[in-house]
Amino acid sequence: MTIAAPQRLTGGRRIDISQLIVWGIGGLLLTIVFLGSILTLRAGHYSAAQWRDFIVFGIAQGAIYALIALGYTMVYGVLRMINFAHGEVFMSGAMTTFFLADYLNRSGFLKSHPWVSLIAMLLFSGLVSMTVAVLVERIAYRPLRGAPRLVPLITAVGASFFLQYTFRGLFGSGVRAYPAIPVLQGKLWVFQKTQIAVFVGVLITLVLLVLFLQRTRAGLAIRAVAEDREAAALMGVDVDRAIVTTFAVGGFMAGIAGVLYALVFIQVQFFMGFLPGIKAFTAAVLGGIGNLPGAAVGGLVLGVIESIGPSLFFDGYGIRAAHQLKDVIAFTILVLILIFRPTGLLGERLGGEERL
Amino acid sequence: MIVHTVRRAVFIGLVTGIAAWHLSLVGLIPAFAQRRLVGDTVTFSYALLVTLLVLAAYATGRRYPGATQRIPWGMLSALSAGLMFFLLALVLTHLNLRQILLNATPELARVLTFGSGATIVGLVRVLLISLLSGLFTGALSALPYPWGRVIVSAALMTLLLGLLRDVLGPLLPRGVTSFLYGPAGLSLAGALVVFLLAAALFALRWSRRANGVTARAAAAVPSTFRQPVTRAVLLLILASVPFWAGLFLSNVADFVGFYILMGLGLNLVLGFAGLLDLGYVAFFAVGAYTMAVLTSPEVGQRFTLDFWVALPIAVVATVFAGLLVGLPVLRMRGDYLAIATLGFGEIVRLLVLSDWLKPYLGGAQGVTRIARPNIASWRIDSPQEFYFLILVSCLFAWFLSIRLRDSRLGRAWFAIREDEHVAQAMGINRVTAKLSAFAIGASFGGLSGALFASLVGSVVPASFSLLVSINVVALLVLGGMGSLPGVLVGALALVGIPELLREFQEYRLLLYGMVLIAMMLFRPAGLFPERIHRRELEEAVEEAREIAPAEIATGRG
Amino acid sequence: MVLLETSHLTKRFGGLVALRNVDLAVEERAIHSVIGPNGAGKTTLFNCITGFLIPDTGDIRFSGSSIAGLRPDLVARLGIARTYQNIRLFRHLSALDNVLIALHPHIHYSLLDAILRTPRFRRAEQAAEREARELLAFVGLAGKEFLTATNLPYGDQRRLEIARALALRPKLLLLDEPTAGMNPYETEEMIRLIRRLRGERGITILLIEHDMKVVMNISDVVTVLDFGEKIAEGPPEEVRRDPRVIEAYLGRGAASGLGPASMPLPGEA
Repeated sequence: MTIAAPQRLTGGRRIDISQLIVWGIGGLLLTIVFLGSILTLRAGHYSAAQWRDFIVFGIAQGAIYALIALGYTMVYGVLRMINFAHGEVFMSGAMTTFFLADYLNRSGFLKSHPWVSLIAMLLFSGLVSMTVAVLVERIAYRPLRGAPRLVPLITAVGASFFLQYTFRGLFGSGVRAYPAIPVLQGKLWVFQKTQIAVFVGVLITLVLLVLFLQRTRAGLAIRAVAEDREAAALMGVDVDRAIVTTFAVGGFMAGIAGVLYALVFIQVQFFMGFLPGIKAFTAAVLGGIGNLPGAAVGGLVLGVIESIGPSLFFDGYGIRAAHQLKDVIAFTILVLILIFRPTGLLGERLGGEERL
Repeated sequence: MIVHTVRRAVFIGLVTGIAAWHLSLVGLIPAFAQRRLVGDTVTFSYALLVTLLVLAAYATGRRYPGATQRIPWGMLSALSAGLMFFLLALVLTHLNLRQILLNATPELARVLTFGSGATIVGLVRVLLISLLSGLFTGALSALPYPWGRVIVSAALMTLLLGLLRDVLGPLLPRGVTSFLYGPAGLSLAGALVVFLLAAALFALRWSRRANGVTARAAAAVPSTFRQPVTRAVLLLILASVPFWAGLFLSNVADFVGFYILMGLGLNLVLGFAGLLDLGYVAFFAVGAYTMAVLTSPEVGQRFTLDFWVALPIAVVATVFAGLLVGLPVLRMRGDYLAIATLGFGEIVRLLVLSDWLKPYLGGAQGVTRIARPNIASWRIDSPQEFYFLILVSCLFAWFLSIRLRDSRLGRAWFAIREDEHVAQAMGINRVTAKLSAFAIGASFGGLSGALFASLVGSVVPASFSLLVSINVVALLVLGGMGSLPGVLVGALALVGIPELLREFQEYRLLLYGMVLIAMMLFRPAGLFPERIHRRELEEAVEEAREIAPAEIATGRG
Repeated sequence: MVLLETSHLTKRFGGLVALRNVDLAVEERAIHSVIGPNGAGKTTLFNCITGFLIPDTGDIRFSGSSIAGLRPDLVARLGIARTYQNIRLFRHLSALDNVLIALHPHIHYSLLDAILRTPRFRRAEQAAEREARELLAFVGLAGKEFLTATNLPYGDQRRLEIARALALRPKLLLLDEPTAGMNPYETEEMIRLIRRLRGERGITILLIEHDMKVVMNISDVVTVLDFGEKIAEGPPEEVRRDPRVIEAYLGRGAASGLGPASMPLPGEA
């Protein structure tokens, strides 16, 4: 096999054939994307306004991914495990809150007090998701702490499907449509009003999260556990409690993301957590798992790529119904980032939240 | 002390109650309200509720030494659980929640109170049943060692036979059927006979085991399965399935076979090499679509190949797919590997589904008119005939699994599963070891897919969702990762039974989720754990043989 | 003759320099110890030699050819085996399987042989099993072939790790604190075993050890590392008197009230 000459050993990389093949495939994909982009831009099917709309939509969607991604990243920070069921935590908030929204709508309260209703929905969804997240931690993860990695991973997959089909059993498999919130209809400059609501919602949540981690004792405990669990335990931090808090906070944000998602996409159903969950995970890895600002950036980047990608990359080749390949792009990014840069764009920052 | 004990018992009862609420509102319990197991009264729903009560009593009682403590605390626990049943029934009768909760029906309230509804009579009935369950459980667990187990196993066996009435009824001789089964489920007399027979059988097995040299040796020798005669008989029984099973059951057997094949394939990857592949369905899809594209006149170049030509091509194609997936993920650690493979699986499904590749792969409508195999002039057409093909494939995969497991490659896989770092330090090339696991594992999946496509005659993208991968993982986890008999048991339990029971289909994935969590929590090695190594067993037997005379001698002396 | 030689070996982790310009020469059939305070870079040195870390600069030569940056399994095949400070056995496999796995590079048959169980396969497997049993007997584990690794007592696990390393038929054996956690009796046994490895099997031994009694007792040469640098090298007696070594060890010892009089370098060896 190939041996790099010792003098030129830089960066600790060892090259062998398997890796060359992988790099070849990666290069090929990049070339396809690059050529496609050029062809599309040359053809000029899309106006500047259309591209702008793509990007705005991408940012709105990416902001939601970012919010979910924070949950993945925080849990990874403290437990070094991927909470596979986090997408379902997101779904549980959105699904349950539908009934509150529906009730508010039919009672007319939604029309008379739209802002109060919206805040009530966000909080309710956050609380539901938080409860689910904490229960998952309690039942499926905590008893298995210290088991081989494969074990909590399998329970996580189990929890994910358990939750999906529990909600399907409880509320049925049909698609439910959220009521429209009157004040959020229409456009403001180039933005849909719902998109603005999403930006604002995500921003406020992020600020609150940072304040929580920076200014409260519980936040300090989380940061300590993320830094070094054993040392934190020795210093008298209640590790279990810090972990539960992490799940609770991550769950709460996922719940808020659920309602924001429903504002943009209107429809909710039991399976809705799967794709946003995987994509948010992609965003978390993209930004460097364990890295909070990374998760936010990763979410936005993924949202935008996903939104402009199908048209930009594939239209030039004349591929039919390129929008169907949106998820293919997301999954390809996921696989590629895991292969080529598992530490993410901003670098894996295990327990480095204090720099936020 | 007493306060603590009481609190614990009540807590367990309440948790059980919440579990019952979950099962009820999710719809599992009402769905089985019509499924009678024994006589007119014992429905599957009641059996589930009583099982919950028994579990509560058992979980509470197991901590205490004797019956005098187990019985009262177990009863308390069961009682609290029963109260929770009644509480939900009460809520359901007085509040209309159906707008939100699909299954919050008055019917459910009746089921929860064992047929009486949320009245005083219902309350008394629930409490009585709870108390009896607690008492019964405590008494059972206080019996000397094997007897509790024998009775529980026999009871479960009886319920299973009742559950499978529609399947077994037509198969048994008419006289036996009419004696055992009533209009639905077992007749009372039938149930009694089945229970006694099963109890006798289990007791016999236990006594044999107790008389055997040592428990370890007995556990080590699946002796009966090792004898050539037994093997031949088993094989004959397996081969005769299509002759007595009928169309429906053969079809189910075929599907179980597909999953056994996939299970054996994933077992090489997950069970032997310890790599969690959540995109295993991709290989099933590659096999099926290769078969479809090559033999159907509908898509692609409009040429068609014979089944027997297409089959090896399909398998080779999946081997390449396995390498293609395996190469990039070589360096990934467990959780990233799982998600990356899941990504691969989804990419395959989405591409197949896309309009872009429709001219080649059929898009959302899929591909139909896939070839069936011919052997000379005999055309293999029906599920019964296909069964043989699937059986041969499964046997072949099984054989290959054993041979690989007992070779240096198998040991290399085990080493990587146990500690990848050390495996490398012991001279094992992780690239070749992992890639061979992926490639061979994939080929079983591809074979399964190709046969599936041919049997069904058509492929649609919907058959290749993530759920298939989860199904395969769940069956491995249930049977025991790395265990070959485990694959068989897992496939029968998680594919066979749901296929047989129509009401179950809806709750399959709920069940898989529960299985994955519960197995990891309570029995991570699976129901049929991997026997550490063949030679270890043989040694154990030898040891036992040597010890046995000595024991007898000392016993006499 | 020099079997293993490192020259100007440097390894950094971010800002931390774990090894700085380390020159090391291990003579054939020597028992060569590497000592040094915690964090001195001893295990990093082992990881560089066995290919798990790639040195930033410098070279590692084994039997005359460069092995720096070579894949770990290839290094193992060349004849460098190792054990671990915190025992790393294949925990759920039997003792015999643990050893058989390490015989991997020396078992030759194709996949087809394995599937068809050809005579070639049977011969190779039988020979491998014979060798594995022999190795287990050599380290004193005869009769425990079929016990699962986790079920072995601590001392046996250490010995099993050595048997496993021997299965690679190494020329050089790296032992990372082989007597850690052992009682004096077990330590004595381990020392005897290490001597036999060289005496009966002609294996060169490079070991990391904290127990100075052991080091002084069995080493031909001792190398002292401190903060990634080699500060002394030579026969044990000489090293023991080296002022830099005393400082490296006792700078900390003095802080905790230990004077040079109670220095942990006993001379009665």
